[in-house]
Amino acid sequence: MEISTAIFYLVAAVTVGSAAMVAFSRNIIHSAFSLLGTFAGVAGIYVFLGADFVAGVQVLVYVGGILVLILFAVMLTHRITDVQITNRSAGRIPGLVVVAILFVLLVQSIGETPWAKAKEVVYKATTASIGDLFLGDYLLPFELASLVLLAALIGAVVLARQEIKE
Amino acid sequence: MRQFVDQLIQNGYFAGAPKELVYAGAMIVAALVVLSVFVAPLAGVTSWLERRVWARMQSRVGPNRVGPQGILQWLADGIKNLLKEDIIPASADKFLFSLAPYVVFVGFLSAFVVIPFGRELIVADLNIGILYLLAVTSVVVVGILMAGWSSNNKWSLLGGMRSAAQIVSYEIPAGLAVLTIVFVAGTLSTQGIIKGQGWAPWDWFLFYNPFTFVAFFLYFTAALAEGNRTPFDIPEAESELVAGYVTEYSGMRFLFFFFAEWGNLYVIGAVATILFLGGWHIPAIPALADQPILKGGLQFAVFFVKAYFWVFVAMWVRATLPRVRVDQLMSLCWKYMVPLSFVCVVGTAAWMLIWPQGNRPVSMAMFLLGVVILAMFSKRVGYQIRHARPVLYLRPYI
Repeated sequence: MEISTAIFYLVAAVTVGSAAMVAFSRNIIHSAFSLLGTFAGVAGIYVFLGADFVAGVQVLVYVGGILVLILFAVMLTHRITDVQITNRSAGRIPGLVVVAILFVLLVQSIGETPWAKAKEVVYKATTASIGDLFLGDYLLPFELASLVLLAALIGAVVLARQEIKE
Repeated sequence: MRQFVDQLIQNGYFAGAPKELVYAGAMIVAALVVLSVFVAPLAGVTSWLERRVWARMQSRVGPNRVGPQGILQWLADGIKNLLKEDIIPASADKFLFSLAPYVVFVGFLSAFVVIPFGRELIVADLNIGILYLLAVTSVVVVGILMAGWSSNNKWSLLGGMRSAAQIVSYEIPAGLAVLTIVFVAGTLSTQGIIKGQGWAPWDWFLFYNPFTFVAFFLYFTAALAEGNRTPFDIPEAESELVAGYVTEYSGMRFLFFFFAEWGNLYVIGAVATILFLGGWHIPAIPALADQPILKGGLQFAVFFVKAYFWVFVAMWVRATLPRVRVDQLMSLCWKYMVPLSFVCVVGTAAWMLIWPQGNRPVSMAMFLLGVVILAMFSKRVGYQIRHARPVLYLRPYI
């Protein structure tokens, strides 16, 4: 086995393993911290696909931004460790049925998808071409996405600020 | 680094070994060399120098017993901390508590991959270099939150929270200041950015236009805040939080946090040197053309002196300024630095539209302005020192 293949399996194992930790851990803080492994592992897979810029942005945005926000939310919630995670309103039997259907569907679609084998990945700088495409062919979607983000930002400010009464 | 290994392989070294294995070995060797030969002594000597400089500025003596002028103090401290008992509080989350220093350390040390020491001396010249640097340093936040939470101590948690809020906020002006230079250089690679500059100060991006001049100060201030340095050290404010997120740590784990802090000072200076101060550029001297080792050494020295000067400035700032309050810290970032950094980004973009090749007379004028500011500042500092008349007279060397 080549070393790069071994490293790929290591990265994949870290990603899936920490994702499993996120889902199965009894401690919600441990779940949140496990996301670090998942995000870093996904960045590693981007590197294997030759997407250097996306990998950098993945770490910057997901680890530096989103993970920290999640940790803040978890840590600042009062007595979050006491919250019953299991939702009792739906029983075990309906839950099992839903999970079984979902599992069959997923296995079915994974089996039927014609998986294209990746050609030789070309490792070259992608930053400039991403920039060209964003400000060329995909200008409109790019601007629309930034408008949506701006609206979300303004919405967050409006929700969070307290009106000062006269 | 890559070319060097390729050359070794071509010359028949490591014959028979798989090429990838050689690369992997080279990576591990490079990491060990950078860590043990450069980063560890650097962080150690910085800790000693900081205590000395700080002491002198406050009319004290500082550590001067171990070795000449106390320069081996860091070794003594390191050995002491290695031998100390590693205490984990009974109610702490043991796994996360032990993991946190390493997360912080990995985040800090990974930055050295893209920091060049000279034209040829770089671990890996990634083409997303400066983005990579911003990305890996953001991992430090997770480590700090981990330390703060797992200590199970209110001071630690408050310190961790403050630190994370501060780093996440100040990442924005720092990132925008970096973006300003990326515009001008047209590349993210650290070596590419340096190659876009020259040895002469008026060729540095610092004096490229008034906006990059402002961006430099924005970057330096934001980087100090990201490194939890005074005047932005509220995460470990002794007067209110004991020691912040490191309160419960002792021995080597404690040292790992401060290792990262002192080493990070050099990273700040190195990034400022890469982006604004011309990196390792030296004037083309004909005598050096056929002496690659001497030339490389000179480039290393130039880069190191430039970067270390800003480490000294950070010490100076720490000894001079009082700590800011939490609300002042946030309003400084969001109300002043973020809008100003947007002005820098847009201004530089407009500048590049008008003068795509840069504007040489403006650069010269900016350089002269910088010299005048520096001269006025030095005059002022000299005046203050002469008129301060410290009660305790200190000889230059004690």
